[in-house]
Amino acid sequence: MGQGLHTVIAVAVDTKVPQAAVASKAALAPSRKRTSSVLLKIIMAVTGITLILFLYLHMIGNLKIFFGAEAFDHYAHWLRSVATPLLPRTWFLWIQRGGLTVAVIAHIASAAILARRARAARPVKYVHRPKVQGSYAARTMRWGGVIVLLFVIFHVLDLTTGTLNPVGDKQHPYANVVADFALDRWYVTLFYTLAIVAVGFHLRHGIFSAARTLGQQTARGERIARASALVLSLVLVAGYLAVPLAVMTGLVD
Amino acid sequence: MTEFWNDGDPIADTAAPDGPIETRWERRKFSAKLVNPANRRKLTVIVVGTGLAGGSAAATLAEAGYHVKSYCYQDSPRRAHSIAAQGGINAAKNYRNDGDSVYRLFYDTVKGGDFRARESNVYRLASVSVNIIDQCVAQGVPFAREYGGLLDNRSFGGTQVSRTFYARGQTGQQLLLGAYQALERQIGLGNVEMNARHEMLELIIVEGKARGIVVRDMVTGEITTEMADAVVLASGGYGNVFFLSTNAKGCNVTASWRAHRKGALFANPCYTQIHPTCIPESGTHQSKLTLMSESLRNDGRVWVPKARGDKRAPGEIPEVDRDYYLERIYPAFGNLVPRDIASRAAKNVCDEGRGVGPGGLGVYLDFADAIGRLGQKAVEEKYGNLFEMYARITGENPYETPMRIYPAVHYTMGGLWVDYDLQSTIPGLFVVGEANFSDHGANRLGASALMQGLGDGYFVLPTTLGNYLAAGPFAAVPQDHEAVVEARTAVEDRINRFLEIDGDRTVDSFHRELGHIMWEYCGMERTEEGLTKAIGLIRSLKDEFWQRVKVPGTGEQLNQNLEKAGRVADFFELGELMCIDALHRRESCGGHFRAESQSEDGEALRHDDEFAYAAAWEYFGADRKPTLHKEQLEFEYVHPSTRSYK
Amino acid sequence: MDIQVRVWRQTDSADKGRMVTYDVKDISPDASFLEMLDVLNEKLILDGDDPVAFDHDCREGICGMCSMVIDGVAHGPERATTTCQLHMRHFADGDVIDVEPWRAAAFPVIKDLVVDRTAFDRIIQAGGYITAPTGAAPEAHSVPVPKKDADLAFEAATCIGCGACVAACPNGSAMLFTAAKVAHLGLVPQGQPERDTRVLDMLQAQDDAGFGGCTNAGECTTVCPKGIPLTLIGRLNADYRKALRNSNS
Repeated sequence: MGQGLHTVIAVAVDTKVPQAAVASKAALAPSRKRTSSVLLKIIMAVTGITLILFLYLHMIGNLKIFFGAEAFDHYAHWLRSVATPLLPRTWFLWIQRGGLTVAVIAHIASAAILARRARAARPVKYVHRPKVQGSYAARTMRWGGVIVLLFVIFHVLDLTTGTLNPVGDKQHPYANVVADFALDRWYVTLFYTLAIVAVGFHLRHGIFSAARTLGQQTARGERIARASALVLSLVLVAGYLAVPLAVMTGLVD
Repeated sequence: MTEFWNDGDPIADTAAPDGPIETRWERRKFSAKLVNPANRRKLTVIVVGTGLAGGSAAATLAEAGYHVKSYCYQDSPRRAHSIAAQGGINAAKNYRNDGDSVYRLFYDTVKGGDFRARESNVYRLASVSVNIIDQCVAQGVPFAREYGGLLDNRSFGGTQVSRTFYARGQTGQQLLLGAYQALERQIGLGNVEMNARHEMLELIIVEGKARGIVVRDMVTGEITTEMADAVVLASGGYGNVFFLSTNAKGCNVTASWRAHRKGALFANPCYTQIHPTCIPESGTHQSKLTLMSESLRNDGRVWVPKARGDKRAPGEIPEVDRDYYLERIYPAFGNLVPRDIASRAAKNVCDEGRGVGPGGLGVYLDFADAIGRLGQKAVEEKYGNLFEMYARITGENPYETPMRIYPAVHYTMGGLWVDYDLQSTIPGLFVVGEANFSDHGANRLGASALMQGLGDGYFVLPTTLGNYLAAGPFAAVPQDHEAVVEARTAVEDRINRFLEIDGDRTVDSFHRELGHIMWEYCGMERTEEGLTKAIGLIRSLKDEFWQRVKVPGTGEQLNQNLEKAGRVADFFELGELMCIDALHRRESCGGHFRAESQSEDGEALRHDDEFAYAAAWEYFGADRKPTLHKEQLEFEYVHPSTRSYK
Repeated sequence: MDIQVRVWRQTDSADKGRMVTYDVKDISPDASFLEMLDVLNEKLILDGDDPVAFDHDCREGICGMCSMVIDGVAHGPERATTTCQLHMRHFADGDVIDVEPWRAAAFPVIKDLVVDRTAFDRIIQAGGYITAPTGAAPEAHSVPVPKKDADLAFEAATCIGCGACVAACPNGSAMLFTAAKVAHLGLVPQGQPERDTRVLDMLQAQDDAGFGGCTNAGECTTVCPKGIPLTLIGRLNADYRKALRNSNS
C-alpha cells in the first residue's frame, strides 16, 4: 500500500470503561412475551390527552380570578355541585378525581415500563455522546414528567387540601391563591413557574407524539400536529402563568 | 500451443431434449422424475449463497418441502451483492405491444452473447422470464408503475423493445428483498436452517456424488462438515480477481473453485464484462469501483483532449481541441455503442496518453450540451440521483465540470460448467446464477443477470433438482467417513498454513498486485504475448504469496484477514486459468478481445469455424496443466452474424 | 491529511472493550472512511498488531453492512450517506474522530466495530413477507396498483436494514425499521390478507428482541441513509390499532 503512510500507534486507553459490553443471552430472548410497546404508547397517548383536556378546563377556571374574589369563589363552590341533582353533591368531583388518578397512574406506569426497556436496550453507553438531533422537548419527556408529578403532589396539598397553604381556608380559595403567590413566598412561585414550563415542554412533544402514536401519518398532518402542539402548549403556559404574574404585580389582590 | 494445457475429449449437454426449441423445457419438466411430497422432508439440500439465485432457490425448495441448509458470508442473507444491481430485469411480457416475444428475447440474448451461449438454455430463460415478473409482483416487489396502475417498462442496453421492468435505480435490491422475505418466512417456519457469517471452504464428494461441504463459522472460527443429499452453489461471480471491480468486497470464487478442484469443469473463465461508465480510481487507497447506470450515455458526450498530456481543466479546452472519439469512430451509434466497444475505445485513448484525471485513467462524460439543450432542470430530473452519487464520491459538481468515467470489471459470464439441468460434472452438485456459465455466452445484455438468477432459482432448479433427488435419500454419510475427514483436514491444514507463514506482506497487497496483472494483461484487450507473460507473473506472485503473506490473529476468532487469504489464494489459481483460457481462444468475441483477431478497422473478429464452443476446463493439480474439453455449440435458430455499430 | 482516530476495540463479546487512539497519516481526502480504516489496518498488520474488525461489503451504500457511529452520529456527519460512502474530505486535517459500534442490547458486539444484527432478520421472519409460494402467482397485470401507493411502498422498501435507526434512537428502538417493512407490504394489494397478523407479529418480535419503545424523537430518520420518513411510524401505529380491533372482533 501507499508508501510514506506512517501510522504511529499511540495507545491511549480510555479510563472510562462502560459496565457490561454485551447484553446477556437472557436479555436478548426473553422467554415471556413482552407487552407491546405500541400498546403502552397508546395508553400514554389516551391518558395524556385526557389530562390535557383537564388542564385546559382547569386553566379556564383559574382565569376566573380576573373577575374578582366573588366570581372565583363562586366558581370554586359550583365545582362541588356539578351534575346535581343527578348525582349527590361532590360526587362528580370525586369521580373526576378518580378518573384523573387512574389516568396519571396508567400514564406513569406505561412510561416507567418503556423507560426501563429503553435503558435495558442500550446497556453500554456511547463514549462520544451523540449530538442531540431530536428536539429538546423530546429529550426531556421523562425528567419533565417527574417535575410535573412532584408539583402536582405539592399542588394538591397546597390548594386542594390546604395543608401547605398559609391561609388554607376552603371557603375562600381566592384568598388561598393570593396568599400562595405572595412575594415572600417567592419559592412557591418559582416552583410553580418551573412546573408550568415543564408541562409546556412536555406537551410540546407530547401532543405531537400522541397524534403520531394514534396513527397520524402524513407529512401535512405532521406539520399540523407539531404546530398545534406548539400553540396548545404556549397557550397553556401563558394561561397558567397569568395567575401568579397577576398576583405578584398586584393586579389581583 | 500446449505449453499451458492439454486437449481432452469433447463434452456434451445430454440433459436437454432435442426437437422444437419452444417445447424443450415443457418436455424436460414432464420427463423429470418427481419426488413424493412425503419423502421431501427426508431430503436435505445445501444452498451456498443467498443472492437472487440462492435466495430464491432456498425459499422455493423449502416451500416444496425439502429440508434446506443455507449459507452466506454476510451477516444476513439480505446483503448478497445482487442487491446492488441498478438497471432492471428483462421479461418478454410484451406489455408495450412493440413486437416483443419470448422468441425475440431469446434471439437478442443469443446474439448479444456473441453466439457463444447454448440455445436451449437461453430459450428457457426467455420463457420463464414472464413468470418471474408475476412471482415478484405477488411478493409485493414495488416495481415502477404508470398512472393507470400498471407496470412501467423501459428500453435498456440498446434493445429496440421496452421489456425492462425496474424499481427506480434499485431493482436488484427490491428483487432480492422479495426473495429474502420468502426465505425468511421459510426460516421462521423451520424449513430452512440459515447460517449467516459462514463460509464454504470445501466440497465433500462421497462415491462420486456431491454430499456436503466444509464450512467455517466466521465468528467463532469453528470448522464443521455439513452433509446433504445435494449441494447447490449460488455463490456469484469472480470479478474480484481484478481486485478493483464493481463487486462487493467479499465476493469471491472460493466455493466454485473448491468444486472445480474436486472435479467440476470450469467453463469460459476468460469471459468478463467490463462496464464503461464507472467512477475512475482516485488514488492508491482505492478499494472498489462504483458503477453508474449506462443510461448516462443517452445524453452525455464522451471526449478526451486531442493532444497527449493536455493538462488544462476541461472548461479551458476549446471544442477544436476535443476529440469526441465515439462519435468520430462510430457515427451511426455514437455514444450509445455497446458496453464492450465503449470500454475498449476508452482504454485505447487512455493508452495513447490522452486520458484525464489522476493517473490519466479516465475520459470525460460531458453534459454541457444536454444542459444547454434541455435545461439543467430536465437533466436533473432524469439523472439527479446519479449526479448526486458522483458528487458524493468525487467531490466534484457534474453540472459544472464534465464527469470522469472509466471502465471497470462488472460481471463474469464464465463459471462452473452445467448441463441443461444446471448440474455440474459432479453428480449432485448444481450451480445457479452468475456462478454458472450457462446463459450469457461471451457477453451479457443489460438487465439479464437478474432474470437469470431468479429464473434459475425460482423455476429451473426446483424441477431439475427434484429429478436428481428422486433417486434419494442417499445413504447417510457418517462424520468419520474417509472423504469427510479428508476434506475437513485439508481445510484445517490450509488455515494453519496461512497463519504459520507469518511473512512481511499483507493479503491485500498481494490481491492488489494480482489485480494489476489481470487488468493489464487479461482485461479489455488481450494478446498472446501479454497473456503468456501474465501467467508467469501470476505463478511467481503466487509462490511469493505462500512464502511472504502475513495473516494476523488466530483461526478461532473473527479474522477478516484469514478469510481474505483463503479467497486470494483461490483467485491466484483462477487468474492463471483465466489467462490460459484467454490465450487458447484466438478469436475476439463479446467481452473477450484478442488484439490478434480484429478486422482492418479494429473491430472484434470471431472465428465461428474454430471457436464456436464452450471451453470447459478440468483441474489436475496446482502445478499441472488443465485439460480442455470442448462443448460444441449448435445454432439451429439464431444464425451467427457479425455485430456492427458503424 | 493527518488525523487521529479513537476506535472502539473489543476482542470478543466477553471483553469489556475500550477506546484506543491511532494516528493515521497521509490520507487522501478522496479516500472513503473505510479506505482510511483499510490503510490503518495494513499498518497494524505489518506492525504485528490486531487490525480493526469492521463490517462492510458493497461499499456503494446499498447492502447495509457497514455500521459505525462516527463522532456520536450513526454513519457519520453527512446526511443520507452510509459510512462506506462517507469521504475523508468532510474531515479536516488534525481532526480527532471517534469511531464506535452500533450500541444496542439487541445488537451485541462480536468484535471491535462488528455487531450481530440477526434480531432484524427475526423481525422479518415474524411477518415481514407476503406469502406467495413460487408458481402460484397470478398474471402481474391482474391487479393494478395506484402509482401513489406504489411509489410510497417503494420509498418504504428502500430500507437497507443497516440498523442506524436503532443506533441513533435514544431508546434503542427498531420502530423505523419495522415501520418501513409494514408500510411497504401494507401499501400493495397483495399484502392486504396478512396485514393485521403482520403488524402484530413483527411488533411482538421487535419487543421480544430487546429493542426499546418509540418516543417519536425522530433521531432515526435523521441518520437514516435512505431517508425513511418518520411518518411511516404513524402508519404502523394506525395499522396496529386496526389489527387489535380486528383481532378482538
